[in-house]
Amino acid sequence: MPTYRDEAVVLRTHKLGEADRIVTMLSRQHGKIRAVAKGVRRTGSRFGARLEPFMVVDAQFYIGRSLDIVQQAESLGSYGADIVADYPSFTAANAMVEAADRLSDHDAGLQHYLLLVGALRSLAKGEHSPGLTLDSYLLRALSIAGWAPSFIDCAVTGAPGPHTAFVVQLGGVVADGVAPHGAPRLDPGTVRLLASLLAGEWEFAESADDRSKAQASGVVAAYTQFHLERGLRSLEHQDRTIA
Amino acid sequence: MYEGIVQELIDELGRLPGIGPKSAQRIAFHILQTQSFDTTRLAQILMDVREKVRFCSICGNVSEQDTCTICRDPRRNQAIICVVEEAKDVAAIERTREFRGLYHVLGGALSPIDGIGPNELRFTQLVQRLADAAVTEVIIATDPNLEGEATATYLSRLLVQPGLRVTRLASGLPVGGDLEYADEVTLGRAFEGRRVVEA
Repeated sequence: MPTYRDEAVVLRTHKLGEADRIVTMLSRQHGKIRAVAKGVRRTGSRFGARLEPFMVVDAQFYIGRSLDIVQQAESLGSYGADIVADYPSFTAANAMVEAADRLSDHDAGLQHYLLLVGALRSLAKGEHSPGLTLDSYLLRALSIAGWAPSFIDCAVTGAPGPHTAFVVQLGGVVADGVAPHGAPRLDPGTVRLLASLLAGEWEFAESADDRSKAQASGVVAAYTQFHLERGLRSLEHQDRTIA
Repeated sequence: MYEGIVQELIDELGRLPGIGPKSAQRIAFHILQTQSFDTTRLAQILMDVREKVRFCSICGNVSEQDTCTICRDPRRNQAIICVVEEAKDVAAIERTREFRGLYHVLGGALSPIDGIGPNELRFTQLVQRLADAAVTEVIIATDPNLEGEATATYLSRLLVQPGLRVTRLASGLPVGGDLEYADEVTLGRAFEGRRVVEA
């Protein structure tokens, strides 16, 4: 029987038939996996709880004709319970897994997997505010996918910053000489915050003022939407209230 | 592929949830070949269900009148409301014969990834029902999965008001199962929700 085994984080699930689910996972070695988990919607299911979104599992799959089949699953990380206990964290985690799902359509490497697991773990532990964690995750995930934004040097000429004109289509901040007429200007604090989120400088990011955080979130959403070609549905429901 | 109306019947049946092409073909040929099968009655019921069935204006359950039979029943305990995701959950709870209160059907569970936020569910109607203080307990009976738990957490914070007890259905080990096969999440929940055994 052709089988394989991998560690994976559950991105989302869809109901299938009477009691089954199609589980979409981002795995460590096999990229994105879509597999059928049989009978997991029954209350007596042996591993239904392990195949909920945000769970990290060590799973064995049987290779099917169109979809693989989950044979066994052991949990490695259970972040769901802590995440759903806080609504802003729940909405942030949804946006993360939706982005991971979309970004892993064509290319899903180990870096994507480790980044997502780390972000979910951070959300579950409440290390940083959910909004900042989400923005940082999106910037880094897009960078891994090859769309790294520039928040210091000019994205076009490479001229050393700081610059304040931000053009999504050009890949970040640009020097005044190449900025299109009417290009939006960001507050210097916002640009610094965005650079911190991309680099993971949490001390600075946490200390940023609310205006900079709100402006940075808008920039991240616009940048994400541009590169994913359509927006993330979860972002519309993002709860930015402070928990 | 079959000709004309037979293929149309198979196609229409195949659009129903849980019915694949093979099942659709089997049902279509059962209808064609079984003389005793009353197609007129089936067609009439399908028409009636669309025309007559609506959602209860109070609880959101399916009903043939403006309000459902449960909301109209004066013998039900008006002080307790059980919140469920779907109308079919009402039927599941009614089968237990353990609950004699009223229901509130949310119409789903919070799922931002599917575009379902608080505004898409019947939260506002629930808060309005609690305004007159006649209700003393709300039982949250959303599904014991991630979306259901998120909905329960959201509701529990939304419904904080004096004199109102908000409870959640217990979850844990299924009756008739073996402990060794329980997953750690379910077993953990069972430990959290353990209760004193009466002597």
